[in-house]
Amino acid sequence: MTRIPDKHAQHASQQSLQQAAWAAAAAVPDPEIPVVTIADLGILRSIALDEEGCIVAQVTPTYSGCPATNLIQQMVLEALHEAGFENVRVESVLSPAWTTDWISSEGRKKLRQFGIAPPTETSNSKRALFGETLVTCPHCGSGETERVSEFGSTPCKALYRCLACREPFDYFKCH
Amino acid sequence: MSGTCETIMASNQTLFSYVLRLADDHLILSQRLGEWCGEAPTLEEDLALANIALDLIGQARALYAYAGQVEGKGRNEDQLAFMRYERDYQNLLITEQPNGDFAHTIVRQFFISAYMDPFWRRMESSKDEMLAAIAAKASKEVTYHLRHTSEWVIRLGDGTRESHERMVEALDDLMMFTGELFEMDAVAQEMLQSGVGVDASDLKAEWQHTVQTILQEATLELPKAGHMQTGGRTGRHSEHLGHILSELQYMQRSFPGLTW
Repeated sequence: MTRIPDKHAQHASQQSLQQAAWAAAAAVPDPEIPVVTIADLGILRSIALDEEGCIVAQVTPTYSGCPATNLIQQMVLEALHEAGFENVRVESVLSPAWTTDWISSEGRKKLRQFGIAPPTETSNSKRALFGETLVTCPHCGSGETERVSEFGSTPCKALYRCLACREPFDYFKCH
Repeated sequence: MSGTCETIMASNQTLFSYVLRLADDHLILSQRLGEWCGEAPTLEEDLALANIALDLIGQARALYAYAGQVEGKGRNEDQLAFMRYERDYQNLLITEQPNGDFAHTIVRQFFISAYMDPFWRRMESSKDEMLAAIAAKASKEVTYHLRHTSEWVIRLGDGTRESHERMVEALDDLMMFTGELFEMDAVAQEMLQSGVGVDASDLKAEWQHTVQTILQEATLELPKAGHMQTGGRTGRHSEHLGHILSELQYMQRSFPGLTW
C-alpha cells in the first residue's frame, strides 16, 4: 500500500516542483532580444500544477502579431522537458494584456546595456496624437534624441537617433 | 474560456458571425498592406507598413481562432481564413480597396485606424471576456497606426502641390466607403443588446472629429458625404476581393491542410 503523504509535505513538494519549473522556464531568452529572458520581459506569467500533476506554463504575447510568440511557447516546452518535466503544457493568456510595465527593472537595465532604450516609465499619453516622449540615448545618456520611425526591426521597437552622439538606436516602444 | 459560455449559448451563430466579420476586416486589410512589402517609398515606411500588417494579422488570428471555438464545428483559424468562398467573407469594402498610390494607402489606413481606435477601446468593456482581452491588446496597437498615418496625412496634405492633389483624390475616392463603418445590421444590434458588441453608429462623431482635426492641420478637407457603398457585411464585394483571395488562398487550395 502506498503511503499517502500528509498534506503539508505534499504542499511543500509541489512548491519546490513549481519553483524548479519556474527557474527552467524563466531562463528562456527572448528569441529576438536574447540579452533578456522571457521572465525579464514579463512574458512568462505563471507556472502552476494542475490536478493531474501537469506543469502549466502561462505565457502572454507582447504584440498581437509578434512572430516570436509561437517560438517562445516551443522554447518553454523544450526548456521544461530538458529540466526533467515530462508532463508539460504551455498556455497563452491575453488578459490582463501585456504592457511594457511588465518588464522588470533588471530587464530594463539589460536592454539599456544592449543598446536598446527601455520604454519610458510612465505610459505616453495615448490620446495625445502627437504627444512626444522623451527617450534617452542608451549609448551616451543624452535626452537630445529624435524618432526616425515609429516602427523598427521588430513589432516592439521604434527607430531613434541620438543628436548628441549621432548613434542610431532602437527604442522599446512604450505600450 | 469558461467565462464566455453563457454568451455562446445565448447567440452562438450571431457571435460567430460578429467575430468572423471582424477577423475578415483585419485579414483582408493586412493582406493589402503586405503588398507594399519591398515596394514602399522608403525603407522605414516599408517596415512601418509591414509592421502594421503584422499587428492586423495577429488580431485576425486571435479573432479567427475564437470564431472557430464559438462555431464549435472544429474549424481552426487557417480553415476560416483560407478555405471560404468570396461571398462568405464579411469584411468592410474599404479594407479590400486597392493600394493605389501611397496617398490612397495612407488615407485608407487613416480612415480605418480613426475608426478602430475608439471601436477597440469600447470593446475592452465587452461582456465577452475573449473579445475584451483581444481588444485590450488591439487598442494599444491601433493607437500607433493612427498616429503614424496621421503624421503622413499632414506631411502629404501640407506638402507639395503634387502630394496635396494626390491626397485630395484619395480622399474623394475613399469617402464613399466610410458609411459602411457605422452601419448597425441585425447581427451588430443583437451583439450590442447583449453587451458583447460595440455601437458602431455611435462612433461616427468621434471618427469625424479625429479625421477633421488632422485634415485641418493637413490643409485638406473631408469630402461631402454623398452616396455610400455598402454590402461587405452580406458578402457583396467589389471585384477586388476575388483577386485578393486568389493570391491569399493559393497555398491552401493547392495543398489543402498544409501547415508550417
